[in-house]
Amino acid sequence: MKKLMLGNEAIARGAYEAGVRFVSSYPGTPSTEITEFCSAYPELQCEWAPNEKVAVETAFGASMAGARSMSCMKHVGLNVAADPLYTAAYTGVNGGLVLFVADDPFMHSSQNEQDTRMIARAAHVPVLEPADSQECKDFTRKAFELSEKYDTPFILRLTTRLAHQRSPVETADRIDAPVKPYEKNVMKYVMMPGMARKRHVFVEEREARMERDAASLGLNRVEMRGTSLGVVCAGVVYQFVREALPEASILKLGLSYPLDRQAVRDFAARVDKLVVIEELEGILEQEIAAMGIPVEGKKYTGRQGELSVQRIREAFGGEKAPQEPALPARPPVLCPGCPHRATFHVLKKLRLHVFGDIGCYTLCALPPVDSLESALCMGASIGMAVGAEKAQGRDFARHSVAVLGDSTFVHSGITGLVNAVYDRSNITVVILDNRITGMTGHQQNPATGFDIYNQPAPQLNLERLCESIGAHVVVQNPMEMDKLEAVIKEELSRDGVSVVIARYPCALLDKRRHAAARVLGCRNCGACMRLGCPAIERTDKGVVINAALCNGCGLCVGICAFGAITCGGDQQ
Amino acid sequence: MKKDIIIVGVGGQGILLTSKILGCLALKMGDDVKVSEVHGMSQRGGSVITHVRIGENVASPLVTPGEADLVIAFEWLEALRAEFYLKPDGAVIANTRRMLPMPVIMGKAEYPERQITGRPVYALDAQKIAEDCGSVRAVNIVLLGVMSTLTDWPQEAFEEAIAMSVKPATLETNLKAFRAGRQAGRS
Repeated sequence: MKKLMLGNEAIARGAYEAGVRFVSSYPGTPSTEITEFCSAYPELQCEWAPNEKVAVETAFGASMAGARSMSCMKHVGLNVAADPLYTAAYTGVNGGLVLFVADDPFMHSSQNEQDTRMIARAAHVPVLEPADSQECKDFTRKAFELSEKYDTPFILRLTTRLAHQRSPVETADRIDAPVKPYEKNVMKYVMMPGMARKRHVFVEEREARMERDAASLGLNRVEMRGTSLGVVCAGVVYQFVREALPEASILKLGLSYPLDRQAVRDFAARVDKLVVIEELEGILEQEIAAMGIPVEGKKYTGRQGELSVQRIREAFGGEKAPQEPALPARPPVLCPGCPHRATFHVLKKLRLHVFGDIGCYTLCALPPVDSLESALCMGASIGMAVGAEKAQGRDFARHSVAVLGDSTFVHSGITGLVNAVYDRSNITVVILDNRITGMTGHQQNPATGFDIYNQPAPQLNLERLCESIGAHVVVQNPMEMDKLEAVIKEELSRDGVSVVIARYPCALLDKRRHAAARVLGCRNCGACMRLGCPAIERTDKGVVINAALCNGCGLCVGICAFGAITCGGDQQ
Repeated sequence: MKKDIIIVGVGGQGILLTSKILGCLALKMGDDVKVSEVHGMSQRGGSVITHVRIGENVASPLVTPGEADLVIAFEWLEALRAEFYLKPDGAVIANTRRMLPMPVIMGKAEYPERQITGRPVYALDAQKIAEDCGSVRAVNIVLLGVMSTLTDWPQEAFEEAIAMSVKPATLETNLKAFRAGRQAGRS
């Protein structure tokens, strides 16, 4: 019987069926659930790695030692893992090795709209693009088989609308893919210049061979309808095209790189006009144009955002669809009880320049907490603070902080901190240690003391790590805002590098229900509104607490100068 | 049954569970189905939208604006925001309770005082009904109950789908909420 599966869930199923043994990933929307679903299969050994580079290196090691292995990440995670990827393309694999990379057109939860297909081409790694959950599962199985057949890592590319859609899937049994023997082979696995030059020859031959074989792999298909318009497409875009242009013939690419150029030539010969419809970059369009075939694409769709049935319809002269009305926006906010709210309230009060990072706290760029001034990539806050001191001087550094989460610090902040100390900087770093990887939906990390199965694991001691790097370290509970303020002030005036670990668990980790705060005798001064808590609403007669949202954290109690808010007592 | 459904609300209201129940149900009733969800950043108290497409052969996972048969809204402002997805005679099922977005809380914008007219509207205080049934968190199941009156799927199929999707400890409350929603949809 068919089962309704999330795209990410279907990939995990495909990995199970393909005989995968090892999964190492770092969470990132919209890829996170793949690894979580994998961890539900006892046959798959799963782990959260500190970052994507380590994850891919570890999966590579398992592949080299004979096990089918994989790693999952969001598009920007592949940048972090690019180093091992480019050279793994040379060495090839032993057990099949597949990277599952999720792009995020329209940036639902991302900082840029980069296109994984570009990196795949630069690294000469083949790309599969499924179009629904069934293909997510089937292509995953295929990817491992082809990875071993062609001796190359594969990328299975997803987009948000594929990763986070549910559609029916027919499942099958797990195949038997025993661990292959590990054999020492320095010509294959030691990429010194003499060996790498030979492997580079192999990479080019492999790519040519795959293109020659493409037609027999059963991943691409032609759907002939009318002959006036032929569309080349892949992934979820195929679904949009089918509905938006029902008369058009389609060349649907499951293997989108290397491009089966003969299939494109044959398809082009059968239609009057050839168009590529693809999200993000015009990659297929350029490759087809380079073959000397007249083709159009980006002139219809542009490079930005995600495509949809109506966008494609409108681009090809169809009727305009109704637009979303102008209404008050509902931007995401920090949850009631979030410890980041306390930290950022203090940072704003001190009027500091806040070099920010990637996490829930990036939301603190928005009013009313609006104190975060930059967010670039994982771990960049520390580097930015160091660089800003270089440009603006010591006094500027006394009025600025770098802020990043525990998981982000472990991911990419440690080397930045090493540099800050080595570089004789005078910066203050605040690690928002909420004991979890929050924004992606609560994944464990090395600093939490638990593994992906929620079993106790050796815990990274952040304070000892930072001390050993050479920073002055203070641990402070951010919910005690007065103390946090005093600590930050003192550390800002201190020479050298300081790390303030603001340690308090994520509000969503505390399952107890606390009694909501109560208001009595409000003077309507509005001071508590500056917390930006969604549970506090202002009326003409004073503020009211939305008891359904309030988690009883008590931050507003400390803010109110008139003692009008009280809090306390637990309830089940 | 061909039905394009948009489900909207505020992050944390149980929208994903509702679309999952509907999707499983459609598949069980022999239809093709696609459900599109939003995870991650958008769930931190922001607007959340999921698309449920039921039919013989569903291609796009997204509903096209102007073509939806039904909007199920867990919050009134979100109902207004999603109305443009509906075809001219498309229906709205909406919880009338308000959750103020941050710009309104801060006094930078006003909560729109607007009704929805010219189409079938089932507006109800689903939160009150859910509370009466024993759980404020069952708003989603109350609305599912209302929705069930607009389909020819049998009540038992809905209740089985709910039983498969909620924690056993909450099943009784949820079934109560579902039936209360059904009652409200009929009246």
